[in-house]
Amino acid sequence: MAEINFTSLKPYGDTTDDGAVQLSFTLPVEPSAKAREAATQIVRGWGFFDVKVAHMSKIGVNYSLFVVFARTDRGIDYTKIEVPDLGGEKRSYKEIDRLILANVKRPIRVVGACTGYDAHTVGLDAILNMKGFDGDIGLERYKGFRTVNMGSQVPTEELIDRAVKEKADAILLSKVVSQKDIHISDMRDLISRLQKRGLEGKFILIAGGPRVTHKMALELGYDAGFTIGAKPSDVANFLYEKMVERMDKGEAELPPGKKKRGK
Amino acid sequence: MSYASTIPLSSKKIARCREIAKSIGSEVARLIQANSTVGTERAVLRLLGFNEATPNDQGQLFPIANLICDQVKSQGRLHEGALYWIANAMIALGEDIPHLQEKVIKREIDIGSINSQDSKKVKTLANQLSKEAYQNLIRYRKERSQIAKSLKDPVKEKRPLKYVIVATGNIFEDVTQAKSAVLDGADVIAVIRSTAQSLLDYVPQGTTTEGFGGTYATQANFRVMRQALDEVGKEVNRYIRLTNYCSGLCMSEIAALGAIEGLDCLLNDAMYGILFRDINMRRTLIDQHFSRLICSKSGIWIMTGEDNYMKTTDAAKSGDQVLASQFINEAAALNAGMSKGQMSIGHAMEMDPNYEKVILMEIARAQMTRQIFPEAPLKYMCNTKYKSGDIFTSHAIDTIFNLIGSMTNQGVILLGMLTEAVHTPFLQDRSVSIRNANYVVGGAVGLGDEFGYRSDGFISTFAQNVLDDALKLLEKIDRMGIYKAIERKTFADVSRTKDGGKGADGVFEVERGRYLNPFFDLMGSKI
Repeated sequence: MAEINFTSLKPYGDTTDDGAVQLSFTLPVEPSAKAREAATQIVRGWGFFDVKVAHMSKIGVNYSLFVVFARTDRGIDYTKIEVPDLGGEKRSYKEIDRLILANVKRPIRVVGACTGYDAHTVGLDAILNMKGFDGDIGLERYKGFRTVNMGSQVPTEELIDRAVKEKADAILLSKVVSQKDIHISDMRDLISRLQKRGLEGKFILIAGGPRVTHKMALELGYDAGFTIGAKPSDVANFLYEKMVERMDKGEAELPPGKKKRGK
Repeated sequence: MSYASTIPLSSKKIARCREIAKSIGSEVARLIQANSTVGTERAVLRLLGFNEATPNDQGQLFPIANLICDQVKSQGRLHEGALYWIANAMIALGEDIPHLQEKVIKREIDIGSINSQDSKKVKTLANQLSKEAYQNLIRYRKERSQIAKSLKDPVKEKRPLKYVIVATGNIFEDVTQAKSAVLDGADVIAVIRSTAQSLLDYVPQGTTTEGFGGTYATQANFRVMRQALDEVGKEVNRYIRLTNYCSGLCMSEIAALGAIEGLDCLLNDAMYGILFRDINMRRTLIDQHFSRLICSKSGIWIMTGEDNYMKTTDAAKSGDQVLASQFINEAAALNAGMSKGQMSIGHAMEMDPNYEKVILMEIARAQMTRQIFPEAPLKYMCNTKYKSGDIFTSHAIDTIFNLIGSMTNQGVILLGMLTEAVHTPFLQDRSVSIRNANYVVGGAVGLGDEFGYRSDGFISTFAQNVLDDALKLLEKIDRMGIYKAIERKTFADVSRTKDGGKGADGVFEVERGRYLNPFFDLMGSKI
């Protein structure tokens, strides 16, 4: 096997360092030689070379579908990439439920919302709703969680009010829209409003979204950030572990019958 | 061991299931006889033509139907029916419906506070008004079937209809997406509603360009899409069906608006509202009956939502509750005088694709459902639960779905989208999905007639077990009663109580002998 250059990591097609990628997109024009050239130039403009338009065909109302293969020489220094580990082992829904029942001894209370103008609940629903995501059932189905899904376009203050009212252990903030980094400002908004109301450290704070990373979430003051591909059980497991940690530190309400440990 | 073109299923057991479903329905029938809802009353008003809106205190458009209903309710007169008080007002003021509506809009009159007129005269007028409104519905239906007849109707071809959704939030953008899908080969266009519209206790007014995860179902939006589909249908010489969603707090009202605007299908299932939207069961079961009466006489197919059960439970094990619910839904539709050819009974391919023999199990389910409901244009839905960002595997699942749907002669196939778990479909996602279906559906025409099922094979046994389990479950539900059954998590593993849920305050007891809703008789209600 060819040696891989980790200081300039590139996509792999069939030869190490060939930088091959496949793309597909639609252009709002009819298929034609001109449209094909337009697609080629667009992809070249993104910095790709060896651009091959493998497929062009008409979509309904005179639009064109393209499948394009191209190459890039822009690698990334893999050795310098740092991603904080979310930690924890992979556990199944049943196992997590059993552990919560055994160690937390009451359901973990979770309130989730998409704040600001964000109307995209796909991520929030995938984690909270019964159906879950990719066969991994949502938190609502767990005996170990009591969930409130506030849905989309929830003002941050209302999210906080609800979390207080429900005596929530955790707040889930979902941010899908990321134009002009609105996801970051809305994530900050929650932190600053919690501070203003003296509720700092009161909740486990979790953010999720396609442009949310664990690293960025930690920097903003969240306990974790989950992105595309995260399963409800990943979030559930994190919440469980964090909950136990907080109970040990005396930051969370203890299970019935358990005395607070002396510091 | 022998082979036959169908799975050997006991016709005795199937008949027994139907019998029990009918018995289960009688509990709901008693509820409907004794009660009505604000939703049903508003639907009556809408059928009469009260479809305008007026700004409320916050300056938002508020439907006249809601305003009138509130006026009558606040005077404690709703138990006689909204229609009674409309006829009463018309006699007292000597106005026709358009002028009466204008006066309500201008807040010149309060329908609930007008002095009682001679009740005999009121009843005669009410009957006449309903008859006219009913005849209008019949006329809309005739117009619709004439348009369908003037074009090639894909229903007549021996293949499933290809159903895709549009959901941009903007009805005009939806039109572009829908036309594009039709040009690519779609037969049915569904406009997904804005998130949680089912929980709104009024129907928004006018065309809308902003929705969340979908586009508001409004009368004006219906009209825009209807016109667009008729146009593009002419272009491709194919009748294109339009569907929307009416389950929810405005179930019967949306059915009325759908009938007026020429919709062909409506997702229509009280159980969806009860289980997944926590709508009060009495409220939505009553609304469901009236909405199905309207659909029945307007030639609208109802589409039921059993596919949802499989999303919250292990689909391989929930076949019995799906089938039991289908029987119950069928019985309720029959009570509304609906023909079996209008019952687009829902189910789905939702088993874990990683199971061994999963394709055999799915064929067993699909074929079994086909055989048990032979006249129904079954609505078969593609996997959504086991979809991830892996669009390539997702597309493979869609292909198998299309093949099973074709070989088992499903009425409508709700095409899967390769980006199902990622976003509402891009134009290209929908196009790629339709291309897949064009290939598979076209390539597999008649496939099911070429092969037989082994009488003692895996598929036959699997299907027989589902039927056996469904029969047992129906017997259990019949013993408990439907309300208790829902409370005890019989469906979708969700518990709801008879008095809980949203919209319960909109249910009221009707006054026997005084309450007026002649549409029940006109539309052939069996309740």
